[in-house]
Amino acid sequence: MGNKSSLMLQEEEIAEIQDETGFSPSQIERLYSRFTSLDKGDNGTLSREDFLRIPELAINPLGDRIVHAFFTDAHDDRINFRQFMHVLSRFRPLKKNRENKFNSREEKLRFAFRMYDLDDDNKISRDELLAVLHMMVGANISEEQLASIADRTIMEADTDGDQMISFEEFCATLERTDVEEKMSIRFLH
Amino acid sequence: HDGHSQRYQVAKVDFPHVSTPFIISLWIFIAGLAKIGFHVTPKIHLICPESCLLIVVGVLIGLLLFYTGFHSVEHLTPDVFFLYMLPPIILDAGYFMPNRLFFDNMISILIYAVVGTVWNALTIGLSLWAIGLTGLYGVELPLLDTLLFSSIVSAVDPVAVLAVFEEIQVNEVLNILVFGESLLNDAVTVVLYHMFEGYTEMGQENLITIDYIAGVASFFVAALGGALIGIIWGVLAAFISRFSHHVRIIEPLFVFVLAYLAYLNAELFHLSGIVALAFCGITMKNYVEENISYKSHVTVKYTMKMLASSSETIIFLFLGVSTVNDDHEWNTWFVVMTILFCTLYRAIGVIIQTWFLNRFRLHKINKVEQFIMAYGGLRGAVAFALVLVISENVIPTKAMMVTTVIAEVYFTVFIQGMTIGPLVRILNVSTSQKTKLSMNERLHTRLMDYLMAGIEDISGHPMGNYHLRDKFKYYNNKYIRPFLT
Repeated sequence: MGNKSSLMLQEEEIAEIQDETGFSPSQIERLYSRFTSLDKGDNGTLSREDFLRIPELAINPLGDRIVHAFFTDAHDDRINFRQFMHVLSRFRPLKKNRENKFNSREEKLRFAFRMYDLDDDNKISRDELLAVLHMMVGANISEEQLASIADRTIMEADTDGDQMISFEEFCATLERTDVEEKMSIRFLH
Repeated sequence: HDGHSQRYQVAKVDFPHVSTPFIISLWIFIAGLAKIGFHVTPKIHLICPESCLLIVVGVLIGLLLFYTGFHSVEHLTPDVFFLYMLPPIILDAGYFMPNRLFFDNMISILIYAVVGTVWNALTIGLSLWAIGLTGLYGVELPLLDTLLFSSIVSAVDPVAVLAVFEEIQVNEVLNILVFGESLLNDAVTVVLYHMFEGYTEMGQENLITIDYIAGVASFFVAALGGALIGIIWGVLAAFISRFSHHVRIIEPLFVFVLAYLAYLNAELFHLSGIVALAFCGITMKNYVEENISYKSHVTVKYTMKMLASSSETIIFLFLGVSTVNDDHEWNTWFVVMTILFCTLYRAIGVIIQTWFLNRFRLHKINKVEQFIMAYGGLRGAVAFALVLVISENVIPTKAMMVTTVIAEVYFTVFIQGMTIGPLVRILNVSTSQKTKLSMNERLHTRLMDYLMAGIEDISGHPMGNYHLRDKFKYYNNKYIRPFLT
């Protein structure tokens, strides 16, 4: 299968993706073979179902949301390899001297923000926060406790008093957090 | 009764009856006083770390005993050190280990601990031996003897490192790297020590290939065996604490006894006791904490801290006292060369390994941090106790080696230990921030963890950190936790 996938990926396409995302050719080829192994329909695109078939993702409480985030820039319900790579490139480690439009601190934070902000209005409402809390914590925390966590979180972050967390407020609360490191993985070669 | 010349006495002096416990209590008392003295003296902690001062107090007491004729009493015997004084410190370190930080940096720590220590032992040993060929030391020093010696001085000491790094408060990654290394390299030290001891007894000319292979294999046995034993006893402690809620008062007891059994169990098989104990603490902590009452938790915490701190105090005190005796054999060139090579090869080793590791690490270790890592490689009581165990019949130059180890320990603890604090400030090493996380930070970092695990899964990362932790969390919550809590 490795042979087949490297045949299907054109040299110039690799170069373009490398240019756009900053991945190295060997990383692109490796991710392409991953892409094709996920692509059960063999038509060069992935659907949500293709993602959700990954067993580990099925037990991840945020699995649905993560998959959903891959499709924000897609016009229909399928994404091609290029779009796949654009999303993944957000999680490349940041290198000081090489700027990139995808993996900046802001892009990483925006991606995390979208995990909450389901209706894309650039605000996290109390309900959106509660929904994520529900997914992440187990059944051993009561409804009241969850509500009070949500209220405290909003109260802490909300500086303009609209009872919601805007992207700017979100970034401000994470000022001390090393987002560059926390939201990066080393992609295999 | 009449025939007796002695009448019934109202009181009498019977020191031999209580001598041992009395002397021990007296030592603990003196150590405690010294510690209090350190903390009530204003600004003294700015000049030198506690460990240095304790050694000085120890030397003073040693001199006093020496000139009053009590010097025949042995203070820091290897048995006392390894069986009673070392375990509390290691258990404390393992039990309060920041697990996540430790496992996130596990690969780097392992490389530093294993490759670094082997590198140090071999380079120091070979260099010392090569210098010895020129006849500079004035004594004959066979290769295996030198390697045995270098395997003792090459390991970074957890007790000394803990004592110094606790005070200077560098950032948590740097801290866990040095500290984790000092814990895990015990396995290497134990193996190298037993290996070269065995080789020396067998004699260099009788060694065949299979002995070398056995040596390498025994490393994995000592390290993994130690860890396994630690985990088994840790799981047992967690499991038992499930049923102890009817007798809350003995809850802390199990934590201590089972951990100690893990240590002794590992030592029984000549495995790494330190690794076993550290892993026992790491394993049991989360489950035990869920099972025991809050009061028991406080008791465990304070007892552990108290035992560790008093034991550390006594170790440094004894280290001072034990250096005052008349068995020393000072060999200037050997001492100078040992200190030089220890410092030099530690620095080279750290630089090479970090260069290699930085290619794979997300959090790069910068130049300043590398310097602190190399500089923070303190030697301490473990090396001292190990060199005392050497048999003089096998290695005739034992006295010289003991003196040299003491010199190396003093050099690192005093010179490096005293200057590392100011250096950290001058070089602007990022220090730890102990502020509490806000609700937002806690929530969002948790979300990022799940998110990154998902991204790793999608990109097909079979051994990613997030992925492994996620998996462990899943199985832990599903199978292990219900069984243990």
